Amino acid sequence: MSFVILASVMVIAALGLLFARKPVHAALSLAVVMIGLAMIYAMLEAPFLFAVQIVVYTGAILMLFLFVIMLVGVDTSDTLKETIAGQKVLAIVLGTGLGAILITGVGQASIGTMRGLSSANEGGNVQRLADLLFSRYVIAFEATSALLITAAIGAMVLAHRERIDPKQTQTDLAQGRVADYAKSGKHLGPLPPPGTFARHNSNDTPALLPDGSQSTKSVPAILAGGRTDEGEDE
Amino acid sequence: MNGLEQFGQDPWWIIAIKVLLVFVVCVVLTLFNIWWERKVVARMQNRIGPNRHGPFGLLQSLADGVKLALKEDLTPEKADKIVFITAPILATVPAFVTFSVIPFGPEVNLFGVQTPLQLTDMPVAVLFVMAIASIGIYGIVLGGWASGSTYSLLGGLRSSAQMISYEVSMGLALVTVFLMAGSLSTSQIVEAQKDWWFGALLLPSFLIYCISMVGETNRAPFDLPEAEGELVGGFHTEYSSLKFALFFLAEYINMATVCALATTLFLGGWRAPLGLGTVWAGANEGYWPVLWFFLKMFFFIWVFIWLRGTLPRLRYDQFMALGWKVLLPASLAWIIIVAVIKMAAIQGDFSPNWILFGFGLAITVVVVLGFMNRLPEKEPQAAEAPGGYPIPALPQGGAVRGAAQPLVFGPSAVEPTRSGVRILPSPEDALPEEAK
Repeated sequence: MSFVILASVMVIAALGLLFARKPVHAALSLAVVMIGLAMIYAMLEAPFLFAVQIVVYTGAILMLFLFVIMLVGVDTSDTLKETIAGQKVLAIVLGTGLGAILITGVGQASIGTMRGLSSANEGGNVQRLADLLFSRYVIAFEATSALLITAAIGAMVLAHRERIDPKQTQTDLAQGRVADYAKSGKHLGPLPPPGTFARHNSNDTPALLPDGSQSTKSVPAILAGGRTDEGEDE
Repeated sequence: MNGLEQFGQDPWWIIAIKVLLVFVVCVVLTLFNIWWERKVVARMQNRIGPNRHGPFGLLQSLADGVKLALKEDLTPEKADKIVFITAPILATVPAFVTFSVIPFGPEVNLFGVQTPLQLTDMPVAVLFVMAIASIGIYGIVLGGWASGSTYSLLGGLRSSAQMISYEVSMGLALVTVFLMAGSLSTSQIVEAQKDWWFGALLLPSFLIYCISMVGETNRAPFDLPEAEGELVGGFHTEYSSLKFALFFLAEYINMATVCALATTLFLGGWRAPLGLGTVWAGANEGYWPVLWFFLKMFFFIWVFIWLRGTLPRLRYDQFMALGWKVLLPASLAWIIIVAVIKMAAIQGDFSPNWILFGFGLAITVVVVLGFMNRLPEKEPQAAEAPGGYPIPALPQGGAVRGAAQPLVFGPSAVEPTRSGVRILPSPEDALPEEAK
């Protein structure tokens, strides 16, 4: 019963992953599939795998996907233009082929009920897993962890950039601003906030200077629209 | 199986009652915590705090909640509607779910049924809490993204980066608890703290957990996602009405959750505090443990409020550096120490408790002393300002440090006669001696 519910939710989410236009929606659908998978693990009496599936895949990997999608392409949606000639046709043919193979393959296999689960879980799922990981599979486990650490360090090395000039401290920045002021007269402090001394507190109401004239600097360039920010406050 | 037989045996109506209780506890705790926070912060700032609605103003947060729910619900034009609505729900639901594995007490008689005061437990309960919390982060990230506003997006990213980073050191701080308890289930961990609380046994872990739980819940001094000077309101800038209320609810429930988890994992859970159980046998039976549990939990919440009332906000890079460069390596080193001591104890057949306690205390004392004796920061140099920008002259003898000199009003200064009213001397009297 719960499998039917979970499976249908997962299938709908998987279809959503395929047909969603926005990458964030696709990533969300993937998250639903992952959580559904975790719940199926929980149903199959694999609680540790359940927790790890959510922590690792949903919590970490998909979150990274989301970060990248959000920062790189906040507003991009998929274009339907083909970049490789004949890609669509090929994808349809190969996809149908794979589906056919899977359906015939799985359909002909006879899947019985679970066997040996109670003996595998004897003394607790977590304890048995730990037993296996740190005795029989200890070499594989350590090798995997070494591989993962290597990959992490590799990513750090590739992304690392040697600093050529010394890091600017807050003092340096402040002194630079003062020097700038001495050289070009560039204003030291923040720009005047919008609406100061004005009759409205809307962001597009320019601040009034003490002599009653309007300060163009006080309205953000986006809100000012056509107005350019060249005008100096006089 | 592994001592969890008492769970999963309840009739359905007991489960329904427990679910309802967990829900009610979460909501009432939130209302109470908001009131309490406002009251305590008010005391710390010499104010009175809410005192209008209900006794001691206790109903203030209820009134605020109703007001918040009835406000106009705005959806920004640029928002992604579906995700915008889903996000607050996604933040709130996991907050409630995590409370289901918190043990409030031992086995009690609930309407004639013997049942543990805990909705459920599983062999991986603490991992379950971490997993569900990581789903809760989605609510924040998506809320920030779906608002279609730069402030929200940056706030959401900051918040999630922070929560993910501090979840790592939090998880590593918990590893030592698992090592000592030999289990990941919350009821078993409480059971393992019969003689020694893990807070004493694993002091460094406890402290690391306490620091990272503040970071994990985005609370002051680590409330950078809501740094109003930089990001307006962070991820919930564009949210209003009930959706904002949901985020607010989730934040306060998360605060209660990490406090409850800290109580369970480090302060003996529902066990009576400080050897009360040895003096009075009934302290650990029946419904008394609920009292101890909530007392301990409110202690943690009070610390949260205290921190908020005391400390200024950290800078973002310093905060992340603290998480990744200090807490994380420290946790790893401590895990190795604990593992070695525990293994030696098993091999040599002795009790590791006093050794662990001594080691932990020594390390903590050394670290704290190191912080207190930190080298004084570089003296500010009164350098000539480049470019001759007009700056006021420094006071004679350099910048004023420490408290200001007390004001002296000459010999004829009149002491205050009535409480709180100072009678000022005439202007001539106020002049310093040499000026006369």
